Amino acid sequence: MSHLKDVLESGKFAVTAEISPPKSASCETIRKKAAMLKDCVDAVNLTDNQTAIVRISSFASSLACLQEGVEPILQMTCRDRNRIAMQSDVLGASAFGIHNVMCLSGDHQSFGNQKEAKNVYDVDSIQQLMIFNKMRLEGQVWGGDELKEKPELFLGAAANPFADPFEFRVQRLAKKIAAGADFIQTQAVFDIERFREFMSSVCDRGLDKKVHILAGVMPLKSYNMAEHMKNNVSGITLPDGMISRMKSAADPKEEGLAICNETIEEIKKIKGVHGVHIMAISWESVVPRIIEDADLRD
Amino acid sequence: MIIAERKPISEIISIIGNNKKILIAGCRSCASVCMAGGDREVATLSEALGLYSDLNSLGWEISEISKERQCEKEWAREIAEEASSADVILSLGCGVGVQFIQEVSGIPVFPGLNTSNMGGPEEQGIYLEKCGGCGDCTLHLTGGICPIARCSKSMLNGPCGGSQNGKCEINPDTQCAWDAIYQNLKRLNCLEMLSEIIPPKNWIPSRSGGPRKIIRKEMVLSEDEKKIKEGLE
Ligand code: SF4
Ligand code: SF4
Repeated sequence: MSHLKDVLESGKFAVTAEISPPKSASCETIRKKAAMLKDCVDAVNLTDNQTAIVRISSFASSLACLQEGVEPILQMTCRDRNRIAMQSDVLGASAFGIHNVMCLSGDHQSFGNQKEAKNVYDVDSIQQLMIFNKMRLEGQVWGGDELKEKPELFLGAAANPFADPFEFRVQRLAKKIAAGADFIQTQAVFDIERFREFMSSVCDRGLDKKVHILAGVMPLKSYNMAEHMKNNVSGITLPDGMISRMKSAADPKEEGLAICNETIEEIKKIKGVHGVHIMAISWESVVPRIIEDADLRD
Repeated sequence: MIIAERKPISEIISIIGNNKKILIAGCRSCASVCMAGGDREVATLSEALGLYSDLNSLGWEISEISKERQCEKEWAREIAEEASSADVILSLGCGVGVQFIQEVSGIPVFPGLNTSNMGGPEEQGIYLEKCGGCGDCTLHLTGGICPIARCSKSMLNGPCGGSQNGKCEINPDTQCAWDAIYQNLKRLNCLEMLSEIIPPKNWIPSRSGGPRKIIRKEMVLSEDEKKIKEGLE
């Protein structure tokens, strides 16, 4: 049912990427980007109104991707849906062949273009996993009502090794696994030392045997972007050395790709990592090159 | 206690509209403690509105009254009785007070405060929300700090990925409730509690179940008892 599942379960190093759906009633750009990524990634995340900016839905974008022959990972936040909408949406997703679902709390609406909205947060991302896990295993909705047909789901969750309190981050990952997560995509890794530390406590607790962890990477495009990431994006830490490299680079894009490549090389050596998740925001065209440079495909 | 703050004067003026005789009603409980609607604030607002009326030759007649509480029928009735010659009552009580007075008053009652939350003063002049009134308290599971009211996403199983240096992702002035919960459980030597998953919450006892009504059967008077009580008063 899920190609990503097969890849991860066979022990191969998985590669996923991300497409941000446009502010548009057309899926054309998604189709183009999907075509670009088709032969080099195992699956693609379709973000769900990320940073709380209204965009074409993750569901519609996932469907467009699927039609282009690229396996989608449907992202779903707890910000905009209560448990009724969530369950209904995964039934619909599964019915249309979208089986990878990423459970997220979501960026707060105060970041986006609908600041006056009321948020939902009926459940948090761990409870969302529990609900979907029950649906797929027991064929019941939350509360016990039977489903005629169970959804087939491969459940993803996020982990941010760079957020605080650091000591709790592995514990939170353990909770996500207990709630039903099959795979984890981490926040973008820039601070490789801290990521190594995180992964070593993950492995100490044997969690790498219970879930597939894909490390997030993000190519920096410019010095401004590096500064912006460091100062304005919650949950991302950028070492100063990296920022100065971007500042003094003659060709910042090439420098960004070099940093990304070095990061992937380091990540490959870390025990317990089962793949990478490449987040090239509005720069999806560079993904094939990152994959090639890092020798991620056989 | 209930935390509220006074509406901006310009908004109060526009709410008053063409009315001329205004009774400003204060509350000596919560609204007074959070310095939004006690005797002092009633006097200040009365002076400001008087000045505005004079400057614009509006001829407003402003009077003042404050009671122990507005959120009980007895007190609300006393306020309404005082207002017999007024056009409107401008309440500086919380939203509950406004509604209680309106119920027993034959003239319109307008809100002079924005009622915000259930919380308390952190220090003089700083008030923090503490409880979301969910109707099913689980503070024993979260180190005595309420994530429903104090986490921007009401998360129940730990901090989201935006928690950094003890601050919430929405704003560097906002404490991350989950960081506070973590530090507090650590202090209490109870960190192991955080490994338990709190399942999806039952929101029926919260506002999601519709307006809430608590009935204490043993306290409710029978029709006969009500008559006896009325006779005594
Ligand atoms: S758990 Fe519910 S009742 Fe308890 S403090 Fe929080 S919102 Fe209030
Ligand atoms: S940063 Fe902390 S308080 Fe803010 S939404 Fe996340 S967990 Fe809640």
